[in-house]
Amino acid sequence: MDTVTIINALVSGLLTGLVYGLSALGLSVIFGVIRIVNFAHGELMVLGMFMALLLFRWFGLDPLMAVPIGAAVLFAIGYALQHFVVRRVSYLPDHMQFLLLAGIAIMLVSGCLVIFGPDAQGVQLDYALDSFAIGNLIIDKVRLYAAIAAVAVASALLAFFKYSSTGRAIRACADNYLGAKVVGLNVDRLYALTFGIGAACIGAAGCIILLLVQVHPYLAPAYTLLAFVVVIVGGMGSLFGALLGGMLIGVSEELASVVLQPSMKTAFSFALLIVVLLLRPQGLLGRVAR
Amino acid sequence: MNDLTPFGRVALLAFAALLLAVPWIASGYVLSVSIICLYLAYMGQAWNLMLGFAGLLSIGHALFVGLGAYTSGYLFTKLGVPPAVGVVAAVAVAMAMGSIIGYLGFRFAIGGVYFALLTIAFSEFVRILLDHAKFLGGTEGMFLPVSQESRRGVDLVNLRGSTEMYYYVILALAAGAFLMCRALLNGRVGYYWRAIRDNPEAAEAVGVDIFRFRMYAVLLSSGMAGVAGVFYAFYYNNLFPEQVLGIERSIEVTLAPIVGGVGTLFGPIFGAFILTPMGELLTEAVEGFKQSGLIAKNVKTDGVKLMFWGLAVALIVLLKPKGLWPWVCERLRLVKPPEQRG
Repeated sequence: MDTVTIINALVSGLLTGLVYGLSALGLSVIFGVIRIVNFAHGELMVLGMFMALLLFRWFGLDPLMAVPIGAAVLFAIGYALQHFVVRRVSYLPDHMQFLLLAGIAIMLVSGCLVIFGPDAQGVQLDYALDSFAIGNLIIDKVRLYAAIAAVAVASALLAFFKYSSTGRAIRACADNYLGAKVVGLNVDRLYALTFGIGAACIGAAGCIILLLVQVHPYLAPAYTLLAFVVVIVGGMGSLFGALLGGMLIGVSEELASVVLQPSMKTAFSFALLIVVLLLRPQGLLGRVAR
Repeated sequence: MNDLTPFGRVALLAFAALLLAVPWIASGYVLSVSIICLYLAYMGQAWNLMLGFAGLLSIGHALFVGLGAYTSGYLFTKLGVPPAVGVVAAVAVAMAMGSIIGYLGFRFAIGGVYFALLTIAFSEFVRILLDHAKFLGGTEGMFLPVSQESRRGVDLVNLRGSTEMYYYVILALAAGAFLMCRALLNGRVGYYWRAIRDNPEAAEAVGVDIFRFRMYAVLLSSGMAGVAGVFYAFYYNNLFPEQVLGIERSIEVTLAPIVGGVGTLFGPIFGAFILTPMGELLTEAVEGFKQSGLIAKNVKTDGVKLMFWGLAVALIVLLKPKGLWPWVCERLRLVKPPEQRG
């Protein structure tokens, strides 16, 4: 085990982690505002991946170019999901809402199974095997591009929440539901918008991650759990926390696969999830739950 | 029994008689579907004990089943311990895991959905460990030896015999679980559990030791799932971590109680007997459509069934969040209205 291997793993984990972070941002936005745990997260992401795959097959579109399309379609799906389904169960206890989304998740993943089959499918890009070399450090071209795209989308989202008036209104709903209603905000519409934005994030992350991994329906539950790990490590509802958590998980997975075995890397993130749940349930950057 | 209307009593007796008669009147196919029904009814009862009675959501029950299955399977294949003895070890291991999750979850005050995530995290963690456990077969699987002649007799000690024997074993388990849950729910523990479920703070304020009673729920539920694991191991005779402990298995366990009614005693049974046959019918129909060319041959039949189950859960939560059983009960007047009870 030499230093170069470790540093290479660190960098590669950091870049992959940024994509994880973008995906987890989608989960975090939805939870932070609507207070609903989106158990269909990974399923939406896999939907985004399949969409990018089809666009590549039909039109030869690079998955990075598919990001706006994937995000737009997932936005519509997310908006509809909140508006027609999730909104109707807001009176039920948390676990029933969780189970509703679990049901939707099963439908989505088995729908993908019926349409696309269980085999792993990927895109073949002509720059897939290229890499940049800086001294001994080797950075995969696709990984770097994926990370840049993820950061771009995440920055756009953060800017939207910070500077736009709609973003501010959504934050107002998250901070004080009653207050937001009192000042005349259309909370139902803003919630649907938030779910849409979260889903768009997930869709974008799905398109981007298709550069790095092959897609098959059974990825969905794994991605759901991964996003939970990332968000809980970073802090539910904290947007920077999600990105930070993503990088942390990306790096630790990569290190675990170098030091232990590649197949052990997910076990490592679950162990991390257990530890964080026990010691710091509000996450690294999260606030104490109200 | 006392709460039932005369019609309700007749219906209950007819249902019990039908269950006892299944091996004589049904084909081998119906018998094996009935075994799956009863298995899911039994597991649903165990899962419902945690969420429906004590308010603890678990999406990790496959973990306890898996531990029970692997413990008894290992003892049988490597040390020759029969399952009748191995079940004790299986329950002990499952309960030990349950107590770890429960202790950590309750001591560190992990509530609601986070508790569910904790159960998922443990379940997945153990699944990946089992993938790497060479002495338990790892990803290549563990196989329990079974001979052709043992398929005929009845050997309860070694849990070897005809399909009819397996049917009666799982029927006895499901009936036992139902009666036990009924006794518990109507006893002191049941009232404590429901108090904790409905309002933990208030329960604690009136002096209910919520840590202790939550632990009881987890221990009982995980122990019951451990027994189910022994049945699973000796009925299917092959164990793969992905198949036994996958998150799909944990979700599958929740379906019957959700459809039947979370927190009701008969809901898990009702749900299992609605969902499983419908899933099977759907599978048959899809296969038929494939034969006649209405659906492409490469469509995954399993996926269609799962889609239906997902849809069923979503619709139930949306339209009848209390489940189908309370509604059916009222419609068919199986249970006396509260004011007529003695």
